[in-house]
Amino acid sequence: MTRWTSPWTGRATLLAADDVDTDQIIPARFLKATTRDGLGAHLFADWRNQADGTPKSDFPLNRPGAASRPILVAGRNFGCGSSREHAPWALTDFGISAIVAKSFGDIFRSNALKNGLLPIAIDGDDWAAMAQTLEQAPETELTVDLPARQLRIGTWSTTFPIDPFARFCLIEGVDELGFLLQQEAAIQAFEEQHV
Amino acid sequence: MPVDPTPNHPRTLVEKIWDRHIVVPERDDTPAVLYVDLHLIHEVTSPQAFAALAARGLRVRSPDRTIATADHSIPTLPGTHAGTLPIADSAARAQVDRLTTNCREYGIRLYGQGHGQQGIVHVIGPEQGFTQPGMTIVCGDSHTSTHGALGALAFGIGTSEVSHVLATQCLLQRKPRFMEVRIEGALPPGIAAKDVILAVIAQVGVAGGAGHVFEYRGRAVEALTVDQRLTLCNMSIEAGARAGLVAPDDTTFEYLSGRAEAPKGAAWDTALARWRTLPSDDGARWDRSVTIDAARLAPMITYGTTPAMAMPIDWAIPEPDQLPNHADRQAVSQALRYMALQPGRPLIGHPVDVVFVGSCTNSRIDDLRDAARLVRGRSVANGVRMLVVPGSQEVKRAAEAEGLHHTFIGAGAEWREPGCSMCIAMNGDMLEPGQYAVSTSNRNFEGRQGRGSRTFLASPATAAAAAVTGRVTDPRTLLEGRFS
Ligand code: SF4
Repeated sequence: MTRWTSPWTGRATLLAADDVDTDQIIPARFLKATTRDGLGAHLFADWRNQADGTPKSDFPLNRPGAASRPILVAGRNFGCGSSREHAPWALTDFGISAIVAKSFGDIFRSNALKNGLLPIAIDGDDWAAMAQTLEQAPETELTVDLPARQLRIGTWSTTFPIDPFARFCLIEGVDELGFLLQQEAAIQAFEEQHV
Repeated sequence: MPVDPTPNHPRTLVEKIWDRHIVVPERDDTPAVLYVDLHLIHEVTSPQAFAALAARGLRVRSPDRTIATADHSIPTLPGTHAGTLPIADSAARAQVDRLTTNCREYGIRLYGQGHGQQGIVHVIGPEQGFTQPGMTIVCGDSHTSTHGALGALAFGIGTSEVSHVLATQCLLQRKPRFMEVRIEGALPPGIAAKDVILAVIAQVGVAGGAGHVFEYRGRAVEALTVDQRLTLCNMSIEAGARAGLVAPDDTTFEYLSGRAEAPKGAAWDTALARWRTLPSDDGARWDRSVTIDAARLAPMITYGTTPAMAMPIDWAIPEPDQLPNHADRQAVSQALRYMALQPGRPLIGHPVDVVFVGSCTNSRIDDLRDAARLVRGRSVANGVRMLVVPGSQEVKRAAEAEGLHHTFIGAGAEWREPGCSMCIAMNGDMLEPGQYAVSTSNRNFEGRQGRGSRTFLASPATAAAAAVTGRVTDPRTLLEGRFS
């Protein structure tokens, strides 16, 4: 059983920006860690805080209750830029489990899936309808149904694409390293023939 | 089962490399298992990967295919490399120490501080001859695309994948789509590879290459040196593409011949014969194609906070109201607010505080020569700080053998030790909030060069022109008679 085995419901934070890069998600000065813990404190550090460290109250993730909202909604090309896996680590540490965006940076999408963070890409019209709903009614609950590849709000629903293997790994709790380790015989055969 | 290595349809360069590295073919429900020839690691994205290995009691499967360097958070102040580690910041020091310990424990070659060939990971790979045509190369770093300049399929991965490669020498991957980026014609004098790639990114957009691997082709690409091709491939990721390649040719082979890690003797001849079969076949199919006319290119500079917000240096800063689509209007107006720039005004003449010549994009000998050509006989303008940070110890020695350091130091610039430095601002080299830099690095994101930093990305010549005038300046106006 993982959290992805069946549909779950939660509220969302709307961050209606395009091309949110991983330098914003977690600025480079926080990359000096040698573990993956505690990065949520620095999530969007420079967008969340003034230079003197006081929080900017109008930043969406600083609104009361933001930490209990498991879904982040963002625009196009979320997570572009650096390959730092600290970005999904910071997001999950903050309490985010799914990101709904128009599209994602390729490396970010891959990193997110390896950390139980679901990237949900939906098309522009669906995105606009959903963003409008969230603007008017921020307490709206969204249902994430990975087995059915669906995102639902009330009677509205949209289907999102996801790599079948990534979906299988999330639902079954399979980790890719374990899967790769089982390929050892094929890897040895390859090395004998080609290397 | 290894797949048939010579399918009979015409293939692209990338497809040939891909096919040859398939350990287990891709199926609908599982990605391919792809073999990795060379794995580069550095201090920032590897510690958690080694920890993941240790937690499962695993070893590094092929230490001989793994190369490490310390580059991101090490100091670049003169005299800091030789002896002990004067890293002021204890977290950074712990990270570099961890890399050293991990390399010792697992038998990985480390080009660390004090090593005579130390440098930025994407500079030393090609320079030492580790990077070779036809290879698959990965690194926990998005600018791994750089190595594509020698005809390798090279791409950035996350730290989980770093642990996969350490443990199995393989990755789970879906076959990418192929995009042809044709640069036709000849580049005008004074136009560099950096101008070409900024023009490509401006045209394709920051997400335009998503899901694709670029192959740069055309006469202008063939005419580039390997150093310049490295600049071109380096920034593929800024257009959303994970990798970018140039087909290997005589320029590539000449560059590689005699490098420390390149094949020698009979092995060289065998390798060469194989490398010559790599270029894309006539009739190979591209999923997408874009063409750029080299003859029309001007020096490029960014005005905003993504690398695609770039324009010819003599254009006016765009007016968001006049942009056709709503998302761009919003993004550009927000960027101009951050940059504190006036829409519709020229960027030429805008004052500059700092000039940074360095990074895996532009810190090789060709780049330093381009910058020096412009600085020679001039001085860094009053109130401007210019940092010149060679990409590796070897580049530094080559530059000093030509006396380039005298040119820079004599003009009032700082001549530094190799490292990432102000590209990522992790080592103390950074802008103060609100300062403007003309930088030869690859990212102008908000805060990339220090909190509140404002970055104009440009070529080494454009950066040097800003250093000596104190303002954004078209380098062509200072280059009369200096092209040879
Ligand atoms: S120079 Fe900059 S972009 Fe290149 S590897 Fe270092 S930090 Fe990354």
